[in-house]
Amino acid sequence: MLDATASALRTVGTESEPAPRAAGGGEKLIETLLLLCAVLSIITTIGVLAVLLFETVSFFTKVSFSQFFADAKWTPLFANKHFGIWPLVSGTLLTSVIAISVALPLGLMAAIYLSEFAGPRTRAFVKPTLELLAGVPTIVYGYFALVFLTPILQAFMPQVEAFNALSPGLIMGIMIMPMISSLSEDALHAVPNELREGAYGLGASKLSTIFRVVVPAAKSGVVAAVTLAVSRAIGETMIVTIAGGAQPNFTFDPRGAVETMTAFIISVSKGDTPTGTIEYQTIFAVGSMLFLMTFTMNFITQRLLRSSRGKGL
Amino acid sequence: MADSAHKIHARQVKAWFADKQILQGVDMAIPKNQVTAIIGPSGCGKSTFIRCINRMHELVDVARFEGEILLDEQDVYGSDVDPVLLRRRVGMVFQKPNPFPTMSIRDNVLAGLKMTGRLKKSEADAIVERSLGKAALWGEVKDRLKEPGGGLSGGQQQRLCIARSLAVDPEVLLMDEPCSALDPIATARIEDLLSDLRQNYTIVIVTHNMQQATRVSDKTAFFLHGELIEFGETDSLFTHPADSRTEDYITGKFG
Amino acid sequence: MGQSVDICGCRSKLGERLFHVGCWLAILLPLSMLIVLVADVAIDGIGRLDWGFIKGYPSRRAHRAGIWPAFCGTLWLVGLTGLLAIPIGIGGAVYLEEYGGNSRLAGFIELNIANLAGVPSVIYGLLGLEFFVRVAGLGSSVLAGACTLALLVLPIVIISSREALRTVPHGLREAALGLGCTPWQMIRKVVLPMALPGILTGAILSVSRAIGETAPLILVGAVVFITFTPEGVDSQFTALPIQIFNWVSMPQKGFMENAAAGIVVLLLTLLSINLVAILLRNHFQRRRY
Repeated sequence: MLDATASALRTVGTESEPAPRAAGGGEKLIETLLLLCAVLSIITTIGVLAVLLFETVSFFTKVSFSQFFADAKWTPLFANKHFGIWPLVSGTLLTSVIAISVALPLGLMAAIYLSEFAGPRTRAFVKPTLELLAGVPTIVYGYFALVFLTPILQAFMPQVEAFNALSPGLIMGIMIMPMISSLSEDALHAVPNELREGAYGLGASKLSTIFRVVVPAAKSGVVAAVTLAVSRAIGETMIVTIAGGAQPNFTFDPRGAVETMTAFIISVSKGDTPTGTIEYQTIFAVGSMLFLMTFTMNFITQRLLRSSRGKGL
Repeated sequence: MADSAHKIHARQVKAWFADKQILQGVDMAIPKNQVTAIIGPSGCGKSTFIRCINRMHELVDVARFEGEILLDEQDVYGSDVDPVLLRRRVGMVFQKPNPFPTMSIRDNVLAGLKMTGRLKKSEADAIVERSLGKAALWGEVKDRLKEPGGGLSGGQQQRLCIARSLAVDPEVLLMDEPCSALDPIATARIEDLLSDLRQNYTIVIVTHNMQQATRVSDKTAFFLHGELIEFGETDSLFTHPADSRTEDYITGKFG
Repeated sequence: MGQSVDICGCRSKLGERLFHVGCWLAILLPLSMLIVLVADVAIDGIGRLDWGFIKGYPSRRAHRAGIWPAFCGTLWLVGLTGLLAIPIGIGGAVYLEEYGGNSRLAGFIELNIANLAGVPSVIYGLLGLEFFVRVAGLGSSVLAGACTLALLVLPIVIISSREALRTVPHGLREAALGLGCTPWQMIRKVVLPMALPGILTGAILSVSRAIGETAPLILVGAVVFITFTPEGVDSQFTALPIQIFNWVSMPQKGFMENAAAGIVVLLLTLLSINLVAILLRNHFQRRRY
C-alpha cells in the first residue's frame, strides 16, 4: 500500500494538483474487497464439494460400492440394513418425468404463443404472471398436492394411494412450467426475423414456419430450458416429501408411494442424527448422488446456452 | 523536442482494438492555447487518437497502444503516471451530451471535484458561476441550479458538460465531435464558446464537419486510414492542400 | 400464372386457430391452478386465522396452537439473510461488472455462479449442517440458518444486481473517468446511485425467496416445538415453513387447518415484502431525473 501511495504522489499531476486522493492504496483495497465478495461463490462451490466428498468417502468405508449400486433395497434406518440407491433414484426419476411431461408441452406452447402470436402488451402481462408460479414456496405446493389434488385423483382412479408419485409430479410440472416457457421464449424471440420472412417467402404457413424453421433454429435454447427444468425437478424437495410418501419402492407405478432422494434426506434429518453415524453419512452419500445428477443437467444447460449465444441467437 | 509553443507531442502513436490496427504511427505537435481540429472520414482513427491523449483508449479491454505522447515534457504513458491524475489535466467532452442524471445542474458542474474529494465548500458557488459562465450557460440556468441536468435542451446539456469539464480546471480540453448530436443554433453557441476558451485552454476538437473546422480552428489535421496525412494552418489546408488525398476529401470526392 | 392455385388458405387458418386455442389453454391452465390454490388455502385456513393464532405458541391441541415463534423466526432469518447476502452480493456484482472485464477469473466466477444458482436447496442444507452448524460451531442457531440461506440466495442477488448495473449507460462512466475520477469514485458517485433502486429491488426480491425455503432449515436443525421467540443470533429457532411442514405431517384434521392458516400468513408475508420492493422502485423512479 505504501508503494502505491508513493507512486501516486510521483504522478503527473503533482506540480499543479495539491494532495490528490487518487489511485492510492484505498483503490486497490476496495477492488480486493469486491473481488473477495465475488470469490465467495467459488468458496461456496468448494465447500459443497468438500463436505459432500468428505462424508461420502466415510460412508463408502463402511458400505461397499456394490451394496450401494447393485442392491434394489433401501433400508439404511432398519436393523436389517440395505443400501441400494435405486429405489430413491427411481422415485426421483418418476416424479421428474411426470413433471416434465406436464411442463414441456405447456411451457413450449406458452413460449410459442408469447413469441410468435402475442402482442407486446399481452407478453408484458402474461410473462411475469406465469413467473408468479415459480415464486410460490414449495411447501405450499406440497400442501396443495396432498390436500387438494390427491383426493381428486383418487376420485377418478381408486388405485391411487394417499401418498403417490403422480400428484406431486403433476404439481411440480406446473411449478417448473414458467421456467421452460420463459427461457424458450427468450430463445424463440432471438431467432432473426429474416428466417421467418424467408419461410413465408416460400409460401409456408405460419404454423409450419414456427415448427419447421423457428423452433428448430431455437432448439438449443429450448433444450437448455428443459434440462434446467429437469434439474429443478430432480432437486425439488418439499412437494415430494409431503405428498410422495416415504417408502423407497423400486417402482415406476405413479399411483403408489415413492421416496425421492431429497425426501429421504429430509426424513432422516427431521430426527436428531448424531455426527459420524452411518445414518448421518447416508444423507451425504445420497446428497452426492443428487448433486451429480443436477450438476450434469446444469452443465448441459450452460453448454447449450453458450452455444446458442455463440450462434448469435 | 518539446518546446513552449506546443502543449502535446505525439510520436509514432499506434493503437489497436484486438487485432485491428486503428492508428498506424501518428506524429503530431499540438500548439498551446489554440484550437486544433482533426478531420477525416469515419473510422480514420481521429477519435481513437484523442482518446489516446488522456488514456481513455486503454479502458477498452482489447485495446493496445504503442508510441509516446508528451504532455508538456512528460510522457503520459510513463510507468509512474496515474491515468486518473492525467485526466484531471486533460479533460474530455463527448459526442453525446451525458450529464449525470441523478444530479442537479449545480452538482453536475461540481461533479468532478466532488467525486474526487477536492471540493472546498466555500468555493463551490464561485466555481459553479465561473464554470457555467465560461461555458456561456450561466445566464440561462442561474435561477434553476437545483433542477436536474437532464431537463435542459441538448445544446444546453452539452454546454453543461463543457462547464463540468472546465470546473476540474484542466489545461487541455479534448472534444470528440461535440456538436454532432446538436441542432445548428446550439452548434453555433458552442463554436462561439470555443473562440473564448482558446485563450486559456489547449483545445483539440474532432469533427466530421469541415465548415466547423474552418470556423473554429487555428490548425487542422487530416486523418485517413489511421495516418496523419496533412497538418497545417486551417486556412492554408483548406485553400491549398498539399496532399492530393486531402484535396479529394475536402472537395467531397469521398468520405 | 397461378390462377388455379387456391390462395384462400382456409385449411391453414383453421389449424392456426386451433393452435391458438391450445396455446391459450396452456397459459390459462397453470394460472387457473394458481387461483384455485390460493382459494383452496384461504378457504381451508380462514377459520383458524385470528389474533390468537398469530400470537399463539405451539400446542398439542390444534385449536390452541399458534405461529408466533415461527413468524418471529422467519423475520429474524430474512433480516439476517439480507444483511449478509445483499452487501456481499452487490460487492460481487460490482466486481464482475466494473473490474472483472474479460479476465479468465471473472469468466470462471461467472460460470460458477450460474452453476450455483442451479444447486438444489437441500444441498445447501447439507453444507450448512456440516459447515455452519458443526465445523464453525454455530449450532442449530438462527445465525447458522441465515448463513445457509444467504449462500443460497447469493447467486440470485449477484445476477439481479449485475442486470441493474448494466442499465447505467457506458457514456456516464466515461464522463466520470474523463473528469479524473478513479474507478471507485466513478462507481461510488455515478454508477451505484443510478443503479441502486434496481439493485435493491432485485436484492429484496431475491432475499424474499428465503422466506419460503424449508428444506435447508430442516437440515440445519430448525426445531419444531419451540415456545419462545429468538432473542439473539445464537438462539434456537423455528420458521413459518417449518411449522407448516410439521402441521402437514400430523394426522389430525385440525392441524391441517392450522397448516392452511400458516400458509396464508406465509403468502401474505411474501407478498408484502415483494410489495415493499416494488414500492421502493417506484418511489426512486419518480425521483429519478
